[in-house]
Amino acid sequence: MSRSRKLLITDKLMRLLLVGAASTSVLVVCLIFLFLFREAGPFALNPGLGKLMDSQWIPVSFQEEHFGVGPLLSGSALVTALAMLVTVPISVLVSIYIAEIAHPTEREFLKPFIEILASIPSVVLGFFGLLVVAPLIKTIFGLSTGLTALTGALLLSLMAIPTIISLSEDALVSVPYALKNASLALGASHLQTIFRVTLPAALPGIVAAVMLGIGRVIGETMAVLMVTGNSAILTFSPLSSVRTMTATIAAEMGEVPFGSVHYQALFWIGIILLGITFFLNIVAQRVLKKYGMMK
Amino acid sequence: MMNNSTEKLILFALRLITYAIVLVIGYILFDIIRNGAPALNWQFISGFPRRSGAAGGIFPAIVGTLSLVVGTIAVSLPLGIGGAIYLAEYAEQNKFNTLIRLAIVTLAGVPSIVFGLFGLGIFVLFCGFGPSILAGSLTLACMVLPTIIVASEESLRAVPKGFRDASLALGATKWEMIRTNILPYSMSGMITGSILGIGRAAGETAPILLTVAAFYLPRLPNSIFDQVMALPYHLYILATQHPEADKIRHMQYGTALVLLLLVLGLSLGAILIRTHFRKKFRW
Repeated sequence: MSRSRKLLITDKLMRLLLVGAASTSVLVVCLIFLFLFREAGPFALNPGLGKLMDSQWIPVSFQEEHFGVGPLLSGSALVTALAMLVTVPISVLVSIYIAEIAHPTEREFLKPFIEILASIPSVVLGFFGLLVVAPLIKTIFGLSTGLTALTGALLLSLMAIPTIISLSEDALVSVPYALKNASLALGASHLQTIFRVTLPAALPGIVAAVMLGIGRVIGETMAVLMVTGNSAILTFSPLSSVRTMTATIAAEMGEVPFGSVHYQALFWIGIILLGITFFLNIVAQRVLKKYGMMK
Repeated sequence: MMNNSTEKLILFALRLITYAIVLVIGYILFDIIRNGAPALNWQFISGFPRRSGAAGGIFPAIVGTLSLVVGTIAVSLPLGIGGAIYLAEYAEQNKFNTLIRLAIVTLAGVPSIVFGLFGLGIFVLFCGFGPSILAGSLTLACMVLPTIIVASEESLRAVPKGFRDASLALGATKWEMIRTNILPYSMSGMITGSILGIGRAAGETAPILLTVAAFYLPRLPNSIFDQVMALPYHLYILATQHPEADKIRHMQYGTALVLLLLVLGLSLGAILIRTHFRKKFRW
C-alpha cells in the first residue's frame, strides 16, 4: 500500500472515530430518557399516573401508600424561590461591580476567588450549613430546629451565586463600548450609564444566567438533603421543614426494593426533575440566541 | 439627576456587597480549615476507619475517590476531547451538528441526582456491574462530558487559523494537520480545562450515592467491580447518619478538609499548569 493511500485511510478512520466521540453526547441524552422511562414505566399502568397527583407523599405505610409529588414539588419550589430571592439581586450587583467598577487588579483577585465557591463540593457546603448556618437560623428566629427551607435556600444561593455572577458578568462585558461611550458623551454619569444603558443592554444575558442558575438550584441534592429537615409537607412557610424532590430520591433510593412501586415513583420524580431542567435550559438558550449573545 | 454624593454612596454599597460575599467565602474556608486541621495527621490519612468511622482514618475513602477520578478521566477524556476536535475542526452547520450541540447543552443541565438514577438503571442494573467503581466512573464520566467538550473546544479554537492553513497548503491531510499542528498547542489547554471539570466531579455525592458508594467498607478495592468508600459520601454519612454524629465532629471536619484540599488542589494544579503553558505558547 502506498504511503499516501495509508494516510488517506487514516484520515477517514480518524474522522469516523471523532464523529463517534461527538455522538456520545447525543447517545447519552437518549439513554438517560430511555432508562428513566424504562425503570419508571410500569408505574403508569399499575397503580397509574393519577397516584402521583395525590396530596401526600407516604411511600411506606401499613395501610395505604401515597405517592403524591405535590408536597415535594412545593418543597423544591419554595426552597428555589427563596434561594433566587437572595441570589439574583446579590449576583447582579456583584457582577456589575466586577465588570464595570472594580479596578483591573481587583478584578483579577475577585473573579478567581468567587470561582472557588463554585468548586467547594456541595456536601462540604451542606456540612457547613448543618454546623454553622442552621444553629444561626435557630437562634435568630427562636426555633426548635434550624433545619428549615430558609437554611437550605441560603446554602443553595451560595451555590448559585458564582454561576450567575460569572454568566451575567460575561453579558455585561459583551455590551459594546460604543453604547457606553455614547451615554457618557451625552453627560450621563458612570452609574447612570451602568443602570440605564449597560444593564438593560445586558438584560437578556442576565435573564438566561438566572434561568441556568434556577436549573442548578432545583437539581441540587446534598446540601438540601442535609439542612432542610426533610418532612414531606405542603407548606409555604420559609421557617418550616421541607423536603425537595432531589432529597427524596437521594434519601429513599438506598432503601427501596428494586422494581417496587416506590422505586418506580422515585424514577418518576427523576423524570419530572429532568423535564424541568431541560425546559429551563432550552428557554435560556433561546433567549441567548435570540439576542445574539451566544458565544 | 443623581448628585455626586448619592453616586458615591451607591458605589460604596456595591463594593460592600461584593466584599461581603468575599468575606462569606473566606469564612467558609476558614471554618473548615480551622476545625479540620487539628484532625489531620498521618494516622488519619493513612489509617483504616474503625467503629463505623467514629475512629481511625479515612484511607479507603481517599483511595475510593482517587480511583473514581482516575476511572472518570480514563472514560471521559478521550470521548470529550475527540468530540471537541470534531466540533472545532470538522463540523459544519447542519442538522446533525446542531443536534450534538443541543445534546451537550442538555447534558450540562441534567441534575446530578438524575445522573445517579440513570447510572443505577443502566450500569448497575442493566449492564449488571452492580454498585462498583466501574459503574460510578461511567456515571461521573457522562456527567463531566459536556464540561470537557466545552473546555477543549475553546482551547482548540484558540490555535490561530494560520497554523491550519500552512499545514494544509503543504499537502497534509486533515488528520495530519490536526495531529502535527493543532494538538501539540492545544493539548495542555484541553487537559487542564478537563481536570477542572473532573475535580468538581470528585466532590459530587449524588451520582455515586446510587452507583458505587459503600457506607462502611474498611478495606481497599481489588478490582473495578468492587464497591468503595468515597470521601463525599463518607462525610455525608458521618455528619447526618452516624449514631455518634455529635461526638465525632473532628472526624467530620477532617474528612471535609481532605475532600476540599483534594478538589481545590486538582483545580489549583490545573490552573497553574494552564498559566505555565499560556506563557509558553504566545502568538
